[in-house]
Amino acid sequence: MELITEGLIQIAQTALVLALAPGLTGLVRWVKARLLRRRGTPILQVYSDFARLLRKKVVVAHNASWLFRLVPYLVFNAVWTAASLVPTFSTQLLFAPAADLIALIALLSSARFGLALGALDIGTSFGGLGASREMMIASLAEPAMLMIVFTVSLFAGTTHLPAVAEYMSQHQAFLQVSVLLAAIAMVIVSLAETARIPVDNPATHLELTMVHEAMVLEYSGRHLALIEAAGSLKLVLYLSLFCCLFVPWGIAHQAATPLDILAGLGIWVIKLAVGAVLLAVLETCLAKMRLFRLADLLGGGFLFGLLSVILMFVFGSL
Amino acid sequence: MEFSDPKVQLQIAYLLGGSMVVVNFALLYQSRMSSVINAFAIHATILGLAVAWQANVQNAPNLYITAAIALVFKALALPAALHYVVRKLNVHRTVEMVFGTGLTMMAGVALVGLAVMIMQPVTQHSGALVTIDLIFAMAVLFLGVLMMITRRNAVTQVIGFMAMENGLILAAVGVHGMPLVVEISVALAVLVAFIVFGLFLFRIRERFYSLDVRYLDPDSRIPQ
Repeated sequence: MELITEGLIQIAQTALVLALAPGLTGLVRWVKARLLRRRGTPILQVYSDFARLLRKKVVVAHNASWLFRLVPYLVFNAVWTAASLVPTFSTQLLFAPAADLIALIALLSSARFGLALGALDIGTSFGGLGASREMMIASLAEPAMLMIVFTVSLFAGTTHLPAVAEYMSQHQAFLQVSVLLAAIAMVIVSLAETARIPVDNPATHLELTMVHEAMVLEYSGRHLALIEAAGSLKLVLYLSLFCCLFVPWGIAHQAATPLDILAGLGIWVIKLAVGAVLLAVLETCLAKMRLFRLADLLGGGFLFGLLSVILMFVFGSL
Repeated sequence: MEFSDPKVQLQIAYLLGGSMVVVNFALLYQSRMSSVINAFAIHATILGLAVAWQANVQNAPNLYITAAIALVFKALALPAALHYVVRKLNVHRTVEMVFGTGLTMMAGVALVGLAVMIMQPVTQHSGALVTIDLIFAMAVLFLGVLMMITRRNAVTQVIGFMAMENGLILAAVGVHGMPLVVEISVALAVLVAFIVFGLFLFRIRERFYSLDVRYLDPDSRIPQ
């Protein structure tokens, strides 16, 4: 019986993250447009964009190898798997034993690796430029992420996400200064990883400073749809991961009734919406940073993470 | 959540002190003058909250006055005055630093580590609340000094000085029963210092047409 419940919840989550991802991206775009006093495209526009892209024919460069065609599927699957592992509305997932922070980071890194390879494969200058920038950002963001993982695992005693969520919701984690620092670091890392504004501008592929868009410039049709979907999924993933680590209230735990799970679902959707609005406000307030100032921002994230680990060691016993 | 639970009380004091350290890093990170001043206002606001919380925990109503002084003078009046000075004097709107942001922030983290290493053995027998309070106060103090020595512009050095002052007050309220006289004198000292610095800034500018303190060095080779 339990196996069936867990399986059903897992299937529901896997489907839900994919179904909600374009809506979330649409919501962020809509709020941003409204904040700039533009009318904004409807939130559901992103779904029709995906439908359009899926209908269109794929155009591939002459000198593209099999790798170029493989990459979109690889990236999409890695990110989708990662997104379905994070406990969003319930910790009773069938694949919960695999939901480990380190595994999650590995999945996302392999997606990034694939994307950079695909960008390099066709040999256009934008692809190489985007790939090298992406790798630079990744090499700065990853140490900060590791520090966050250290803090969380020192606090909760594990990197296993469902256990972390359970521990955090029971121990008033938000009162711990280390957790506060880790949360700030997490915001910085998430902005970098999801290619949002101070790091990269998701709204344009016409800038010389673009990073993610430069890498996917040559993709079209269903390949582009998969890559864009992976981008949207990543946004859902990072928002859910943030909620799971730092605001884990409402997630249904062991021995939850169906009502609890439904409530958890509602709370998760509300959390996502609030996160999307906050992200849009943040993006409107900030300007895109110069590429060489990113080291300061992400280095700041790393230092916050380091500080939180130090304080966790010093005051961990209190 | 029970606010009378000593553990929760401890954690809230700890959170407020920690937030001050975090804002101090924000102070070090900012590269525009107006954001530095705003960050200082946040710094003072959190100090006010931390002092008010200590007043609540220690049951010392006179500390509420210190909190009010912090909130009214330091969080509202001083930042407004500094914004005025920056506008009036046409100070360079970017913060001029001696080292890059990254190096300064790294030095900051090292200083926080130093504060922990100094204060933990010293306060071993006086309870966790005092230990935490003094560690954070020491860290704020150190970061204020760091801010003063890594900035070229006199206005940012004044802000570093006042952030340091905030650290002193945080340290003072952490130990039981500091008499009110001392607090008021500290607050006045800050105001006096601010006035003195204000005059000083006007003077430097009148004399050198800039607020860059390098001009004060007789051996400096900056063309005037």
